[in-house]
Amino acid sequence: MKTNIFPAIKLTALTLMFFSGLYTAVIWGVAQFAPNGGKGKMITVHGKTYYANIGQTFTEDKYFCSRPSAVGYNAAGSGGSNKGPSNPEYLAVVQARIDTFLVHNPGVGKKDIPVELVTASGSGLDPDITPRSALVQVKRIASVRKVSEEALVQLIARNTEGPLLGLFGPEKINVLKLNLALDQLN
Amino acid sequence: MNTELAGIIAVFILTVALAIPFGKYIAKVYSGDKTPLDPVFNPVEKLFFRISGINPHAPMNWKQHMAALLTINFVWFLLGMFVLMNQGWLPLNPDGNPGQSADLAFNTSISFVVNCNLQHYSGESGLSYLSQLFLMFLHFVTAGTGMAAAAVLFMALKERTTDQLGNFYNFLLKSCTRILFPVSVLIAMVLAFNGTPMTFEGKDTYINMQGDTVGVSTGPVAAFVAIKHVGTNGGGFFGANSAHPLENPNYLTNMAEMFGQMIVPLAMVFAFGYFLLRKKMARMIFGVMTIGFLVLTVPTVIWENAGNPAITAMGIDNSSGAMEGKEVRLGSTASAFWSIATTVISTGSVNSMHDSFTPLSGMTQMLAMMTNAFYGGAGAGMLNIFIFIILAVFISGLMVGRTPELLGKKIEGREMKIAMVVALLHPLLILAGTALAAAFPEITAGTLNNPGFHGFSEMLYEYTSSSANNGSGFEGLGDNNPWWNISTGFVLILSRYIPIIGPVAIAGLLASKKFIPESAGTLRTDSATFGIMVLAVIVIITALSFFPALTLGPIAEYFSLQ
Repeated sequence: MKTNIFPAIKLTALTLMFFSGLYTAVIWGVAQFAPNGGKGKMITVHGKTYYANIGQTFTEDKYFCSRPSAVGYNAAGSGGSNKGPSNPEYLAVVQARIDTFLVHNPGVGKKDIPVELVTASGSGLDPDITPRSALVQVKRIASVRKVSEEALVQLIARNTEGPLLGLFGPEKINVLKLNLALDQLN
Repeated sequence: MNTELAGIIAVFILTVALAIPFGKYIAKVYSGDKTPLDPVFNPVEKLFFRISGINPHAPMNWKQHMAALLTINFVWFLLGMFVLMNQGWLPLNPDGNPGQSADLAFNTSISFVVNCNLQHYSGESGLSYLSQLFLMFLHFVTAGTGMAAAAVLFMALKERTTDQLGNFYNFLLKSCTRILFPVSVLIAMVLAFNGTPMTFEGKDTYINMQGDTVGVSTGPVAAFVAIKHVGTNGGGFFGANSAHPLENPNYLTNMAEMFGQMIVPLAMVFAFGYFLLRKKMARMIFGVMTIGFLVLTVPTVIWENAGNPAITAMGIDNSSGAMEGKEVRLGSTASAFWSIATTVISTGSVNSMHDSFTPLSGMTQMLAMMTNAFYGGAGAGMLNIFIFIILAVFISGLMVGRTPELLGKKIEGREMKIAMVVALLHPLLILAGTALAAAFPEITAGTLNNPGFHGFSEMLYEYTSSSANNGSGFEGLGDNNPWWNISTGFVLILSRYIPIIGPVAIAGLLASKKFIPESAGTLRTDSATFGIMVLAVIVIITALSFFPALTLGPIAEYFSLQ
């Protein structure tokens, strides 16, 4: 113990400077060249700025809705519901979400509701939905906004992001970008 | 082919392909050979050693190694307690987060010093940026600690008789500077350019499209998330860990983080082969680990894609799989793959919430930690498999009636006793911990987030994760209270240091024994047959110890859902 204590303290101080200090400084320096100087990707429309990667709540029928969130899309505290698959309370919540969706989307069959639209994400900030989840909302939005379903389907296709390099991972749509484009449509 | 499946296969193949040359590089670092990064790091390391008064060439025996390891770990623990409890008034706290309570700081500090990263707080409100940067320091040096212990093991298994096993500080510092640092810098850059923040500004707010004001926590995230994976630590910057869209913004970053957490543990296996010139044995070990990994991964991917049967019964389109707790940009397949990678490897970072996985996937995640032998944490993985190899040598030796020998050294009673203690400690801590928690429902029942069998699984998972030094959780568990903070804290200490000291002690004892050259009568420890023997030992110990507990939790839940 005695032979080790001073070398241990000194080595700790030096490595602390190296890994907490220098390493952080290097990455921070490099990040200044990243989009928006390392402060996260932003979207600016009509002078309003949003975080591109952070999902938002959309409750109004005129917008494509995003997934349920356990934290109400509050990015100052992230998290999932952590509900177990057999939890009866949780299953009742999912059932209620299905029923609510059917009320807001007349003409949509239950078997067409994708599971991701009635389950909460892990972060509670999921910015994306699948193309399926957008298409199932077309009828509602077309009737609220008085636009053709055809135009909405095209809008969804334009905003669908394919897999990485066309090879890896799922297809997705950023709900915020989709809704911003939707507002431009009128 | 299905693009989600292609994504995980690509990551796995890429990681294995790069782990081989990287393992060769690690072997060179530990044997002190020339490497391309010498001009950068030689002067830095020399300076550090000179100021610290350390002679990096002074050899240590195994006891001196362990004394040095425990001393410096204790320094980190005390410093951690100080920083966490006083972060409220210390600098770099733009959000004004308060200091942690004593029991939470105890748990957090231990948990990061032992490379586990159980997090009983949420990063957004529970830590200042200074604390985050301090934990990031621990990410480096605690991974380095495990790797240094593995390096001592490598030294001890050389074909010679000695008690001089290199210098601990030399292995520790070089693991951090030459192995963890360069990979972390590369991954941090990928993250920063894909939208992960790297800033010192405090909490931001913006007005969303519906006119509400929303807060956004940011911080120096990119640097932190890179080493959290490369060092197999897993403690996230934000509460949601790598499910958070700022920690893991897209599929590319997900692949990078997956690669980051697997590369060092895989490379350490190959480093063993290059360092000792026993490539065939390294391949045997890699084979055993890979079989174990795949046996757990494949069904998990299938189950998660099939989705929750209770939701299928509601009659909706369940084709995306069990999406509760998962992110659309990552999908069920990559989430399932990650959940097993992170549990076999003791990272414990998550890109989806394990609590919400289907019951049997929850079981495979726990099994990955209960076996605790497939790949394993940076350095620690090699120490864990070494114990199982010792057991397999002994048992096969008895079966064929030969003296048990490993790499030219006789395995005798003392080594076997240590190996048994280490092998049985893991089930003891998990099962006794869970049993205690279940025996005091008046304390623990209120902390559960789910009723029934799943609630039991939450407790079992918490102790399994602590004892495997993993750090992931069934996060619904309300774990920031004295019961969980203190009990898991003690499990963490025991389950980190005994499985380091045990294997190193065995290796040290073996090293000082007479070297017996291999002959026709030696039991071969690099053959496929011996690999099957190792696998059998792992399966038998795990199955016998944990099957009853798993029956009460995930298996019962599975049948109740049918």
